[in-house]
Amino acid sequence: MSETEDLIEEVATETLPLDAWHRAKGGRMVEFAGYWMPIQYEGIMAEHLWVRENAGLFDVSHMGQLLISGDGAAAALETLVPGDISALKPGRMRYSLLLAEDGGILDDLMITNEGDQFGIVVNGAVKWEDIGHLRENLPDHITLNHNEDYGLLALQGPKAVDALSRLVPEAAGLVFMQATRATWQGHAIGLSRSGYTGEDGFEISLPNAALEAFADALCAMDEVKPIGLGARDSLRLEAGLPLYGHDLDETIDPVEGDLGFAISKRRREEGGFPGAARILGHLGQGSARKRVGLLIDGKMPVREGAKLFDGNTEIGVVTSGGFAPSVGAPIAMGYVPTGLSEPGTPVAAEVRGKRVACTVTAMPFVPHRYVRKQGG
Amino acid sequence: MPRYFTEEHEWIDVDGEVATVGITDFAQGQLGDIVFVEVPDTGAELSQGGDAAVVESVKAASDVYAPVDGVVTEGNAALEEDPALVNSDPEGEGWFFRMTLSDKSQLDGLMNAQAYKDFCDDL
Repeated sequence: MSETEDLIEEVATETLPLDAWHRAKGGRMVEFAGYWMPIQYEGIMAEHLWVRENAGLFDVSHMGQLLISGDGAAAALETLVPGDISALKPGRMRYSLLLAEDGGILDDLMITNEGDQFGIVVNGAVKWEDIGHLRENLPDHITLNHNEDYGLLALQGPKAVDALSRLVPEAAGLVFMQATRATWQGHAIGLSRSGYTGEDGFEISLPNAALEAFADALCAMDEVKPIGLGARDSLRLEAGLPLYGHDLDETIDPVEGDLGFAISKRRREEGGFPGAARILGHLGQGSARKRVGLLIDGKMPVREGAKLFDGNTEIGVVTSGGFAPSVGAPIAMGYVPTGLSEPGTPVAAEVRGKRVACTVTAMPFVPHRYVRKQGG
Repeated sequence: MPRYFTEEHEWIDVDGEVATVGITDFAQGQLGDIVFVEVPDTGAELSQGGDAAVVESVKAASDVYAPVDGVVTEGNAALEEDPALVNSDPEGEGWFFRMTLSDKSQLDGLMNAQAYKDFCDDL
C-alpha cells in the first residue's frame, strides 16, 4: 500500500509558532506550503462534521499577512487587482485577485481597509511570489510590510460567534466581511468575520507570542476543537470555494474561474487592471471554458487531474475533488467548455481507465451560512 | 491459519490453497476515514508487488499491492456498501479479496506478526 496522491509539496520545511501545540494536541503533521502543518487530529470526517455543527479552530499562520500604506494606496492596488478598492470603507474587506499582465490569476486574496492601511492576506504557497510582485509593481512611495510577527487563526462554524465573543466581545458586533481591531489580554489583535468554510466564522490575527494562550482559551470551550488541513480542504470544496494552485492558476482568468463577482461595476466600466482587455472581453462574450461543480455518480471519488469527457471527446479536467462528508458523496470542481457548463449537463470523468458519470451542478454544494446582518 | 505481512502494510491469511488479503490496522489508522474501496475482479491475475486494489480515504487514493502471485477468486462485496469496515475491522470483516497462491515459497519472504510489529515500531 502506498499513497499515490497527497497534499504534500516538495519545499524546504519550516515550523509555525503553534507547531508544538499541534503536536501536543495529536495533530498529524505534513509538509504544506513550506511548513509543517496538521492535516488532521482525530480524523478528517469527524473534524469536518464538527465544524458544520459547532466551531473549529484552524491555524492558518502559513498565510502571508501584508500591510500596505501610503498616499494613493487604494489606487495603486487597483492597478494590480480588479476589485473596487477605492470604494472599500474602513472596517470592510473584499475578496480579490492578484492578476498577471495577461489577466491570469497570480493569487486570490482578502483585502481589508484598516483605516490607516490596507491589510492583505495571501496564500501561503505563493506568498513570496506575491510579495515580489507587489514590491516590483507598487510605486516607491507605497510601503509594503510583511507582518511575520503575527499569526492567523480561523474559528469557523455556527458556534464560533458564541465562543469567540467570550474572549473578544467585539466579535458579535461584526457582520460577514467586516473587520475591526481589538485587544485580548493586552495584545493588539485584528478580527474579521470571514473564512473559507462556507460557515459563519472569524479570522483572528494576533502576535505570535499570544497564539498559544489564545488557542488554549478557545479549545478549553466545549464547542471548540482544533481542525486540520484535511477538513479545511473538504469544507471549502463543499462551499464551492476555489483553492489557489489547484482550481486557479496563472493560466486562468477571473471569468474562466467563475469569479466575475470580484470585478466590480466601476472597474468593468473603467478597466485599468492587468489583462483588462481579455477579462472584459470574456465578461462580454463569455470565455471558452469555465469552472463548474460536479456531482459524481456512485461512491468512487473523482480527484484532481481526472480528465473530463463529453462522449469520446476530452473536454476538461477536474481541479479538486474528493468525498464530501456533509453531502455524503463524492463531489468535484473542474473546467469544462462554457457550452457544457449549464447545471444539469451530463459529462464523464476518467478514473483509473474507467468512466464515471458526473453532472454539472451549481455551487456551493452545501449552502453558505454567512451572517450578513446583525440579528439576521 | 498462518498470517503474513508485507512492508506495504498488507496482511495475507493462508488457508490451504487459498489466501485472504487485506490492509493492516496500522495502515487504516494512517489512511483515516475510508470512503471507497476498489477490489479486483474475480479471475484477475495478480503478481507479487503489483497493483491489486485501491483504497480511498477522504484525502487520498492509495494502491494496495498483491503480497504474492495468484488469481483472484473473490472480492469482498461488503466493502462496496460499507467501505468503513476497513476502519472498524481491518483484519477481519474488512478483508479486500481472496486469491490462489501460484508460488507458496513467496510467503517465506513476508513477515510474521512479531516482525511486522517491530517493523511498524521503527517507522
